[in-house]
Amino acid sequence: MSAENIVHMETDVLIVGAGGAGMSAAIAAAQAGSRVIMADRSLIGRGGATIMAQMTVAVALGEQTPDDWRNHYADTLKAGRGLCSEPLARLLCERGIDSIRLMDSWGVGWARADGHLTQAHAPGHDRPRCVYVDYLNTGPAVAKTLRTQVARDDRIARLGDILVVDLLIDGGRAVGVVALHLTTGERLVIRAGAVIIATGGLTRLYKRNSASLNMGGDGYALALRAGARLIDMEFVQFFPIGHLAPRLVGFDPIMWDPFRYKLGGRLLNGLGEEFVEKYGHAAENQGYTVTRDAATYAILKEVEAGRGSPAGGAYLSFRHVPEADLRKAFGPIIDKLAANGIDLTKNDIEVAPIAHYHMGGIRVDVGMATDIPGLYAAGEAVGGANGANRLSGNAITEAITFGLQAGRSAAAFAQAAQPAGEAQAARLAAPALAMLDQESEAPAPGANVAAFIARLQEIMQSHVGPFRSEEGLNLALREIAQLRDTCGQTLAGGTGPQDPERVDALDLRNMLLVAEAVARSALARRESRGAHQRDDYPGLDDGWTLNQTLSWRDGQWTLATQAVERLTPEEAKSLASHEQVGQA
Amino acid sequence: MNTENHATMICLDVQRGVGAGATRIQRYELPAGAAASLLDGLRWVREHLDPTLALRYSCINANACKECMMLLDGKVVYACVARMQPGATHSVAPLANKARIRDLISEIAPVKERLAGEQEDDDE
Repeated sequence: MSAENIVHMETDVLIVGAGGAGMSAAIAAAQAGSRVIMADRSLIGRGGATIMAQMTVAVALGEQTPDDWRNHYADTLKAGRGLCSEPLARLLCERGIDSIRLMDSWGVGWARADGHLTQAHAPGHDRPRCVYVDYLNTGPAVAKTLRTQVARDDRIARLGDILVVDLLIDGGRAVGVVALHLTTGERLVIRAGAVIIATGGLTRLYKRNSASLNMGGDGYALALRAGARLIDMEFVQFFPIGHLAPRLVGFDPIMWDPFRYKLGGRLLNGLGEEFVEKYGHAAENQGYTVTRDAATYAILKEVEAGRGSPAGGAYLSFRHVPEADLRKAFGPIIDKLAANGIDLTKNDIEVAPIAHYHMGGIRVDVGMATDIPGLYAAGEAVGGANGANRLSGNAITEAITFGLQAGRSAAAFAQAAQPAGEAQAARLAAPALAMLDQESEAPAPGANVAAFIARLQEIMQSHVGPFRSEEGLNLALREIAQLRDTCGQTLAGGTGPQDPERVDALDLRNMLLVAEAVARSALARRESRGAHQRDDYPGLDDGWTLNQTLSWRDGQWTLATQAVERLTPEEAKSLASHEQVGQA
Repeated sequence: MNTENHATMICLDVQRGVGAGATRIQRYELPAGAAASLLDGLRWVREHLDPTLALRYSCINANACKECMMLLDGKVVYACVARMQPGATHSVAPLANKARIRDLISEIAPVKERLAGEQEDDDE
């Protein structure tokens, strides 16, 4: 190692992550006059969760039917089972309108019919509210539109293949990061007036997930190690009808949701019976109305009772839908299914819950500022807006709206901030740089870091998944500690370009920390609410209408509760006096 | 290996090497059930046989990120949608027209989105 192969860089606003939230933040920060570096561990605008979005983007545009953001807000709070931060949920619903109109003005191509945008009626919404891009193209269209806007602004430097390893904290303030340039193996020290974490969620912690590879909770780990608090970490959303069987090549496992929006479909147990209504929800013939937490619960309880489908889930059937209707709704997708040997007029498919989204995340104020001055968060990396369960369609709206907000806030902070000097940054960076400088020996037999990640995913799926118990959570915590011991202090892999063991080792370092955060929060919440279901504490406990926060300082976890953040009495009064537009 | 066993296995002859350095072919044998797609198979190899094998992908199975481009039997494919033939031996290599970084990873980022590209811009 020598100091000269460390690359030093400097900017006003550094954004970690280039998905929907990161790109939106970059656009807003640059428009506010900041020089921006947007770094992503993968390609720009291709690797996060945004591009995976299949269909719905919820926002009260009132195009399909009269609407008002306050209706969307009421649905968001209801879905969140009492735990949404009201200021954050309000920001999402109220300012989301501008975000989605902005995307429209940039030519994203929201589906239109009869002279207006088409809005689908997704579960949990009181009316049709979700715009989309056909066919199943919402995520790619949103990502492409933002990529184009980002590329037009030369104040934004886009840097792919950069894995951020640790934040630099100087006197309690975020002043930059240490990163690894994957293409060369070079180590980077990037100084910044403000840093925005836009790294998405943590669904890669689970064996069955709908995530991209990058969603291993990197941003939560960065925030924890920097001393920032996380919130609501126990609430991991499982998407109820993830594709299970037969094996499909080239489809995202959440693909069946749009089919449900457009065509309904019937959810059946292994005996071919409809079962959702047995758990106190409207029957499926009333339309697709059951929320994600409730459907996940119903499917897994059927499986537990021995009434699952052969692969361990439920059947989803569209056999009653005429082929002409299937074609009209999904055109080329029907041919792609045929190439996989699936004819929906003849075959049922099997579905089961998969980890999909994280309601929890970094605790921020309504300006997206974290506990650490100079450190902001945006998108799924933020916790609090969605409480114990996220409403369908809120994720993209949140990514763009919170991204724009974080970009503005970070730009304002950076303008007034005194940047750290290169020598000071180098001193702060020394421990992380030394860690990255390790060159490990060839792996011992059995010490396969990719297999360790798979082991962690199994532990989380089995014990920290949709159903939890004290026994299982304690077991998970012991297994996580054991895995950490097995990995030891030395990072696997070496200092060369794109060393897959080194990348896995850095990922596992983050994943173990974040997995522990989820398990600890879940263990402490002795009730069942939304996405957090405890076998040993069934039922919602009003005494637990509280958010949990979690921090990790000097190796010590601090778990605390706080009252749910409400609007001020004046704000609440103005909402209450609002006469709901278009209310039946 | 008898015929019956043979049909339950897939062989991948993977071109390996770092940068402009030497290239070698490494053979991996895996159960056919572990590889509906080439990407499934390569991920299985990393978890079960060889964590040092480098490949890049992001979205895993959705064919959304377009990162998993490589050569399968000489043709450019997305590994996540390329199907494997039980009993077959496939050759796997990095893209021929891009610089190799390691094993199956090529430099696919647009020039304006590379660290080196950024530095060059700064020098202008």
